Amino acid sequence: MKNRIDSCFEQLKAKNKKALITFITAGDPDMTVTEKNIMEMLDNGSDIIEIGVPFSDPIAEGTTIQKASLRALSGGTNLDIIFDMVRNLRKQTQKPLVLMMYVNTIFKFGTEKFFGLCKECEIDGVIVPDLPFEERDEIQAYADQNDIYNIYLVSPTSHERIEMISKEAKGFLYIVSSLGVTGTREKITTDLNYLLEPIRNGNHCPCCIGFGISDGEQAKKIADYCDGAIMGSAIVEIVEKYGKDSPVHVGEFIRSVRNTLDN
Amino acid sequence: MDKIGRFGEFGGQYVPETVMTAVHELEEAYNKYKDDPDFNKELQSLYHDYANRPSMLYYAEKMTKDLGGAKVYIKREDLNHTGAHKINNVLGQILLAKKMGKRRVIAETGAGQHGVATATVCALMGLECEVYMGKTDMERQSLNVYRMNLLGAKVTGVNSGTSTLKDAINEAFRDWCSNIDTTFYCIGSVMGPHPYPTMVRDFQKVISAEIKSQLMEKEGKLPDAVFACVGGGSNAMGAFYNFIDDKSVRLIGAEAAGRGIDTPDHAATVAKGSVGIFHGMKSLFLQNEYGQIDPVYSISAGLDYPGVGPEHAYLNSIGRAEYVDITDKEAVHAFEYLSKTEGIIPAIESSHAVAAALKIIPNMDKKQIAVINLSGRGDKDVYSIARYRGVNINEE
Repeated sequence: MKNRIDSCFEQLKAKNKKALITFITAGDPDMTVTEKNIMEMLDNGSDIIEIGVPFSDPIAEGTTIQKASLRALSGGTNLDIIFDMVRNLRKQTQKPLVLMMYVNTIFKFGTEKFFGLCKECEIDGVIVPDLPFEERDEIQAYADQNDIYNIYLVSPTSHERIEMISKEAKGFLYIVSSLGVTGTREKITTDLNYLLEPIRNGNHCPCCIGFGISDGEQAKKIADYCDGAIMGSAIVEIVEKYGKDSPVHVGEFIRSVRNTLDN
Repeated sequence: MDKIGRFGEFGGQYVPETVMTAVHELEEAYNKYKDDPDFNKELQSLYHDYANRPSMLYYAEKMTKDLGGAKVYIKREDLNHTGAHKINNVLGQILLAKKMGKRRVIAETGAGQHGVATATVCALMGLECEVYMGKTDMERQSLNVYRMNLLGAKVTGVNSGTSTLKDAINEAFRDWCSNIDTTFYCIGSVMGPHPYPTMVRDFQKVISAEIKSQLMEKEGKLPDAVFACVGGGSNAMGAFYNFIDDKSVRLIGAEAAGRGIDTPDHAATVAKGSVGIFHGMKSLFLQNEYGQIDPVYSISAGLDYPGVGPEHAYLNSIGRAEYVDITDKEAVHAFEYLSKTEGIIPAIESSHAVAAALKIIPNMDKKQIAVINLSGRGDKDVYSIARYRGVNINEE
């Protein structure tokens, strides 16, 4: 079967639209609300969902996602429960679902067992922010065997590494917009043209930019440079504010971002 | 080492992409300077003239008689400038930072010894310095916080997680990701992504080199056992390294067992941990079945860490070094024992090594020689030991 991420970008391209990729921390404030939030996001215009597997020590995250991870973990969220939720989601949607997680949560769970479950639950990809390209062998063979994409990241400090990484990228290339950790920013000051230069030429998979995108206007500006925008902390902030009542607000927010992005 | 940056299966470079270029730059710079005669001359003169090296190897006669086993020598890293072995590593790294043209240095600290050493050398070399320290540690090591401020460093309290060393490292990593162009991350132990575990060990291996030559001069032979405490494990790697190939030398690391390794309140990573990937390295960690890092505990802020350096994980896996668990109670007893017996107040971290020695030395032969690496001095711990004993020594 074709990976859903590839089909998604093909469809978007045919419609001349940009991808809206949205992140949420699983289990914040509980799994039922997360499942509702994910369906709200998909119903209101998200193309791909990044399900954040909470980790005790998320070194690539700013305070918003750190706090969300703690809320989720203190509620007893774990990978088995998250896979249960994904099984439920697959009864409701065929859109791409990817897991965003730290390498230790894969390694300690058992890399082989993990990717087997990903396949069984129809996960399409993983994003592992603390597993750089050089250490990809830690998971790559298992990911490949199970047709799960290991989505690579490049950042403003990647320079000559961009070409090496983008050549092997599958699904989409995750472009980190700014130095530092996740979290909404007032402005993204990185020279995105420079960052994307090495990728522009050559036959590559789609590129999407994330880190620091706080609203629809910013998403639209960013998406002009590439194939899609990734939003995380802005959504987690809504969950933090509204808790169990967040799904309606998350849905509204995604709808407005989608409208801005498409117009 | 099997391949670059690996000790058997342990080690590696598990860091976010944003940091990869910096880690490679550091690796290149370290490889360039580590055998550079001028760099080493400069470092040696700093060791000698500024840090007071070589540190003394002291024959503890009263302790030897009292224990009735092996002859006891104490390696006095506590007499180094800033009061611990930490200065050895910091002088090396910050000299390297200078060569690399970095203007700002960040560090994490647990007990505050590495933070103080970093603040000290930054003052010496005119670099901006920011130290991350868990709020819990700031409370139990307030003297060191004041020292760092005095030395011109900014101390930033970390309130996340358990508010101890692990969280300070998380925050230092986040800072590094944000300020990668200007900032040098001076890691305080033999941990983190390659090249840190190797580089920090190389800056600390002067300890075992000195023990070897000093003992050769005094006794004409190798020691039979070397004791050192292990948190991340830098003083232990320094004390062990030049003896690894001398198979007759027992290498004994003392881990913090806190309130006991059968309680949740300990930091005995080798005894109770399992293989994981965290803080840039594959090594042993205290963690649950889902890979969430456990909160850990020790009376000693410097050993209060849920992981251990990858070279220790390796030495343990091949059986070359042995690791024993020392409880708070045993460490406090050793703290008081060494103070009364030899007139040396050891750091509570180093007291774990002393406690291990108190257990093992009586069973050794009188013809044998044991060396305790006394990694730091205990002035900083006097308040908390008094508190542990229920004595209030506040001046008000």
